[in-house]
Amino acid sequence: MSVPLIEVRRASRVLTGEIPTTLVADVDLTVSSGEFTAIIGPSGSGKSSLMYLLGLLDVPTSGDVFVNGRATRDLDDDARADLRLSHLGFVFQFHFLLPEFSARDNIMLPMRALGRIDAAEQGRRADALLDSLGLSAHGHKRPDQLSGGQRQRVAVARALANEPAVLLADEPTGNLDTVSSAQVISILREVAAGEGRAVVIVTHDPGIAAQADRTVTIVDGRLVPDQATSAG
Amino acid sequence: MRLIFDIAFTHVRFRLRQTVVGMLGVATGVGFSIMMASLMEGSQRDFIRQLVDALPHVSVTDERREPPAQPAAEVFDAVVVHGLSTEQLSKGIKNPYATLASLEAWVPGEVAPSVQTKAVARFGGRDTAATVIGIDPKREVHVSQLATQMREGSLEGLFKASNAVIVGDGLAKRIGLRVGNTVTLATADGRAFYGQVVGLFHSGVRQIDESQIYTLVRTAQVLSGRTALVNQIRVRVNDAMQAREVATRIERLTGYKSVSWQEAHEDLLSAFQIRNAIMFMVVGAILLVASFGTYNIVSTITHEKARDIAIMKSLGLREGTVRSIFVLEAGVIGVLGCLFGFVLGYLLCRGLGLIEFKAGFTDATRLPLLYAPQHYLLAGGIALASSLFAGYFPARRAARVHPVEIIRGAS
Repeated sequence: MSVPLIEVRRASRVLTGEIPTTLVADVDLTVSSGEFTAIIGPSGSGKSSLMYLLGLLDVPTSGDVFVNGRATRDLDDDARADLRLSHLGFVFQFHFLLPEFSARDNIMLPMRALGRIDAAEQGRRADALLDSLGLSAHGHKRPDQLSGGQRQRVAVARALANEPAVLLADEPTGNLDTVSSAQVISILREVAAGEGRAVVIVTHDPGIAAQADRTVTIVDGRLVPDQATSAG
Repeated sequence: MRLIFDIAFTHVRFRLRQTVVGMLGVATGVGFSIMMASLMEGSQRDFIRQLVDALPHVSVTDERREPPAQPAAEVFDAVVVHGLSTEQLSKGIKNPYATLASLEAWVPGEVAPSVQTKAVARFGGRDTAATVIGIDPKREVHVSQLATQMREGSLEGLFKASNAVIVGDGLAKRIGLRVGNTVTLATADGRAFYGQVVGLFHSGVRQIDESQIYTLVRTAQVLSGRTALVNQIRVRVNDAMQAREVATRIERLTGYKSVSWQEAHEDLLSAFQIRNAIMFMVVGAILLVASFGTYNIVSTITHEKARDIAIMKSLGLREGTVRSIFVLEAGVIGVLGCLFGFVLGYLLCRGLGLIEFKAGFTDATRLPLLYAPQHYLLAGGIALASSLFAGYFPARRAARVHPVEIIRGAS
């Protein structure tokens, strides 16, 4: 049975200025457990902006975003940061790994920040993630010693470190070759299949969108009706 | 907390060149501040020590701070007095030995009588103004350092003859006097006295060495023309820093002007205070300049690490945590700078201590330096506080970065 993990209710995001720019307009969207959702749309349509709202990286100008049933619009920065740390995981087009730290240390970073488990358990979990992503031989390497695909897999492992309810991925395969891209998508699909989890991926690759359980199309900041796709 | 340390130390370690430059800036500031404080306070203490040693801690003279009221003024409400002339004759302290005894009863130290008079010292056709001080050698050893300042002869030599005198070596040199010579001492009212030089002293303070002649109390009384005169009581207090309080009490009890060494050299001590204020300002300025280096380095690091900051915040690190990372980096630069600065400061002091020189007013041949932990604590404390302060602003700016802006740009 799927459980709503994130609910976006009539959320809009408008950039104020001399000429106000609407990034997202009146969006209603629910992300439920067990779903692998793809957000697609043309460039500049508001895909990433919607994902930033889903991930509490941005605050809607109107409407609200509920995480585990909790309204977030009036939360302060620290409370939003705490929710991100414990409930959400992020993968971006660029890996954003800390360059001075090894792959294993990068994966352990969110666990150390959250501090729910001791150092030994953090290490065990990081090793397990490295192993499950085929990186067990590369844990000691720094990002500049890894290939593009390996870095992105480390970024996925880091996003999964605190076992988040929702994994948000913004064009995670944008900088990868076909093989690495397929590996990353396969991993994300496995994550979505995990109990009580959901994956939301922003992409403009129709091939990736076709592998999602559900595709959400956004045009000029507005959602067009949901389309269910047959998982590939 | 461990995470903050790890990230901060990693940043600092991976930017070794910048860290070393920042650290050297702080170290130079701390080192030179320590050297300066050591030199300033060392010279001040040395100078004060010489002053304290060269003079009695308190001089009670037969003067009054306020001129006594005219008898007529005590009777009438309004009085005009014409044609008063100042009394030239030194009255002396009334019942000096009774006063001495009363002071001995409570003063925490020693007291001794003396007679001071002015004279011109002549020898071999040369003359110079001198202050002739009549002392009791047995008591004098307790109130001044004269006995230890003897270059030739001894204080007891004054007992060899009734006209024996001990002369400051500067004065002796000026008119060519040597031990065994006879010096003529002539007073303003025409009395002349032939003193036999039995010793030379050297206090280290040129003004004293070039002007003072010691003789027995009785001899000075003869020279001043008043056989029972005692016009100064010399007091040495066990704790020189209490001299001012003791002088105030003596003056209140006896009515005679009592001048502590602090009051006698108030202008110098005031000058030292101004000098210290200047020193602290200069030290502060040096350390402030050093902190600009830290500011620059932390600013550069936060600029370079904008993407890392964005991702840390998007992962869920709080603003305060991110700020702490960069403030800690400034702290690391500050602490390393302080430690190296302590070593540099010590070495600079040692180096300065090796330099020989000749000063005009004292006979010190090395720069007087004071090695005091408080100099290190003060310089280190200011430097560390400056570093943290300098690091705080770029850290705060970095922590306020909106991750979306950076992520959008980077992607």
